[in-house]
Amino acid sequence: MTQMDLTQPDAAAVRREPVIEMRDISIAFGGVPALSGVDLRLYAGEVHALMGENGAGKSTMIKALTGVYTIDSGTIVIGGEEHQFSSPAESQAAGISTVYQEVNLVPNLTVAENMLLGREPRRWGGIDAKAMNRMAAATLERLGINIDPASELGTHPIAVQQLVAIARAVDVDARVLILDEPTSSLDADEVEKLFAVMRTLREHGTAIVFVSHFLDQVYAIADRMTILRNGTLVGELMVADTSQLELVKLMIGRELEVLDRIDREVSASDGRASETPVMKALGLGRKRALESFDLELYDGEVIGIAGLLGSGRTELARLLFGADTADEGELEIRSTRRKLRTPRHAIDHKIAFSSENRRAEGVIEDLTVGDNMLLALQASRGWLRPIPASMRARLVQEYIEALDIRPADPNALMRNLSGGNQQKVLLARWLITSPEVLILDEPTRGIDIGAKAQIQQLVAELARKGMAVVFISAELEEVLRLSDRLVVMRDRRMIDERVNDDLSVSGLLEIIAGEASAEPTEEESFA
Amino acid sequence: MRSLVSRLSGHQLFWPVLALVALLLINVIATPTFFEVRLQDGHLYGNLVDILRNGAPILLVALGMTLVIATRGIDLSVGAVAAIAGAVACVWIAGADEGSASKALVACVLALVICLVLGLWNGFLVSVLGIQPIIATLVLMTAGRGLAMLVTGGQITTINNPTFSKIGGGFVLTLPLAILIALFVFGLTAALTRRTALGMLVEAVGINPEASRLAGVRARTIIWTAYVFSAVCAGLAGLMIASNTNAADANAAGLWIELDAILAVVIGGTSLAGGRFSLAGTLVGALFLTTLAATIPNIGIPSETNYLFKAVVVILVCLLQSPKARAALAVRRRSGSPVVQAGAAA
Repeated sequence: MTQMDLTQPDAAAVRREPVIEMRDISIAFGGVPALSGVDLRLYAGEVHALMGENGAGKSTMIKALTGVYTIDSGTIVIGGEEHQFSSPAESQAAGISTVYQEVNLVPNLTVAENMLLGREPRRWGGIDAKAMNRMAAATLERLGINIDPASELGTHPIAVQQLVAIARAVDVDARVLILDEPTSSLDADEVEKLFAVMRTLREHGTAIVFVSHFLDQVYAIADRMTILRNGTLVGELMVADTSQLELVKLMIGRELEVLDRIDREVSASDGRASETPVMKALGLGRKRALESFDLELYDGEVIGIAGLLGSGRTELARLLFGADTADEGELEIRSTRRKLRTPRHAIDHKIAFSSENRRAEGVIEDLTVGDNMLLALQASRGWLRPIPASMRARLVQEYIEALDIRPADPNALMRNLSGGNQQKVLLARWLITSPEVLILDEPTRGIDIGAKAQIQQLVAELARKGMAVVFISAELEEVLRLSDRLVVMRDRRMIDERVNDDLSVSGLLEIIAGEASAEPTEEESFA
Repeated sequence: MRSLVSRLSGHQLFWPVLALVALLLINVIATPTFFEVRLQDGHLYGNLVDILRNGAPILLVALGMTLVIATRGIDLSVGAVAAIAGAVACVWIAGADEGSASKALVACVLALVICLVLGLWNGFLVSVLGIQPIIATLVLMTAGRGLAMLVTGGQITTINNPTFSKIGGGFVLTLPLAILIALFVFGLTAALTRRTALGMLVEAVGINPEASRLAGVRARTIIWTAYVFSAVCAGLAGLMIASNTNAADANAAGLWIELDAILAVVIGGTSLAGGRFSLAGTLVGALFLTTLAATIPNIGIPSETNYLFKAVVVILVCLLQSPKARAALAVRRRSGSPVVQAGAAA
């Protein structure tokens, strides 16, 4: 035994030799530096948060560590030995395991089969199922995950599958475990379970790299953090000694002026600008998706929709846009009764909808930024009337500048943009059609603080100019800050509608929780 | 600054064009007079002209196929549709007043209208009923031959109409008419897709159908249009084939042309997964396939192995285009930049 007790994760850990030390790492893609001279030190028995906005270099750093990218310069020292990774297999052999945001396991195999996939215990030339279940059960128990290893993986919720993925990862004798956005699809209970497993691992001396957009979660679990900005290292700090405000300042690199400005400007929307609603739903509903509801939208008003995942908030947006067709009730647009059978009808009536699922229902990855921006406008003009080149160039340039889209290149492929910038392009796609009603489902999910602030500001500005905005977000602070009126959803039902007069987050939470508060809350920050 | 060579080799068409050039070089080495073109009675003759002419029907079918593939689809029925077009035209022309020009014209229009209807059928199955394209068009691939047999009564219908013969065998401005027709349709397709917004919308639907729908793209119409266009192109190819032989052979006309067309599209760099497409690539692909067909006898490959030879060459070309295979090759090559002539890099 060395002078250090491995089961004691505390500040003393920092004085030990790091398990992994990445020194002066630089990587460039086609001449553009993605990382320049970044250091990362990981100690046994710590949870280390890798922080930064989108595009700061977090994923590049992880990919350098896992051998997906080869580093241009710098060294990776593991246990005092210098390593060169040219493939993920080499990195794994050195004891580095990764669990990605999307679970990549086989749902129709059992939990044990998934955990031991590729290294099954053998017997008589076949797979020893009993031994496999036994081994898996031992690992699961060690991590405090209480499930039957012989059960089919697909029958468990995503959160459990994620825990199995972690169990699989640590089973390979991982010295370092990398968790890339592991909590983005989990609710608060599940996050707590994940954290419990992480704490167990920490006690056993595993170094855990934790990447998350949720600051509260970072503060709940991480010991130390490394902060990146624009591919450079801006700080390596103890979480306990750093306030959230300091952290955010380091991450976005300016004096929070953006966020401050929002607090002053946003919510300065003047509320309704018309007497008659631009859109009115009367008993609108859809079987098995959403109980019938009434709703009025007025020009210049922001309606915030709050509710948990699966509460019906997305279904509501889709009905208002005709992405799903209503099978009961009526919809009036400017006092005329309309039936929206397809998104196209809605667009013709000046309604725009940005889906929460950016990748599957928003971006066209292999087309350029320009084409992506003009898609909706072009679709409504029909293919026979192409947008003239001059108008095209003007519109695209205008929105790239107005929304601060980077890279500011109309011909860049959409797939090469960061999440926040993709979101801005999608917003531009709809703004170009000059809609009267703008429905935004989770427009700020998974994007960095800077872009988030810009989008919030934009929403407030659009409402001031007379647009009716439906704003859906899991972040209640955001909903409260932006909305003139609030609609609360639960169990696929609209349970409340009220004017937003200085309601607090906890007040809103009480409404959401209602009388039956057995439901899990969606995010850590709610709890 | 990147050198000319590396800029060229980065171009999407670099490898297909290189393969085509290599094939032509092999032919010249085997037969030094391969490139010879002579003018006789105001008509151009020669191997190159033959390649272009033989490539015309494949190019026509492949152009339609390109759009269909870009929408994530595939059209297996083009060969059968070509046979139907030939059958309809020949049966219409045969009989009284067989040589009249007006009859030939009506026959062609009629055949193309029928192909348009067949394309509507394919498009209906795929875009409205949502049947998988490979199954939906398989229906017409098999049933279409039967239809063509029905039209010709199971016979090979031969005709004698000088106007109709011109489609496949005529000359205009010293060039075979077939080449001009194919180039015209090529130009038309390019204009139709790139001068309008059709190309962009086809690509959007091919890359992400749901996102396109939510952006208001009428995906159904776009996909439908692609199948109709493909069938009409196939019909035109069928007329050309029938005109070449002055006969409608319901069994053999356009046999396996769907495979050549798909191959031409793929060699041209359009992915079978849909999305971005390249008409110029398809042109190169079609020329490559016809050049390959001309190469086989020219370099003395025994005819019984010609399918095998074709398969090997096609595999090589596909390997050349695969980024993975190229990366593996690049590792083995010595490092060091290629020699570039002075000024070429500017």
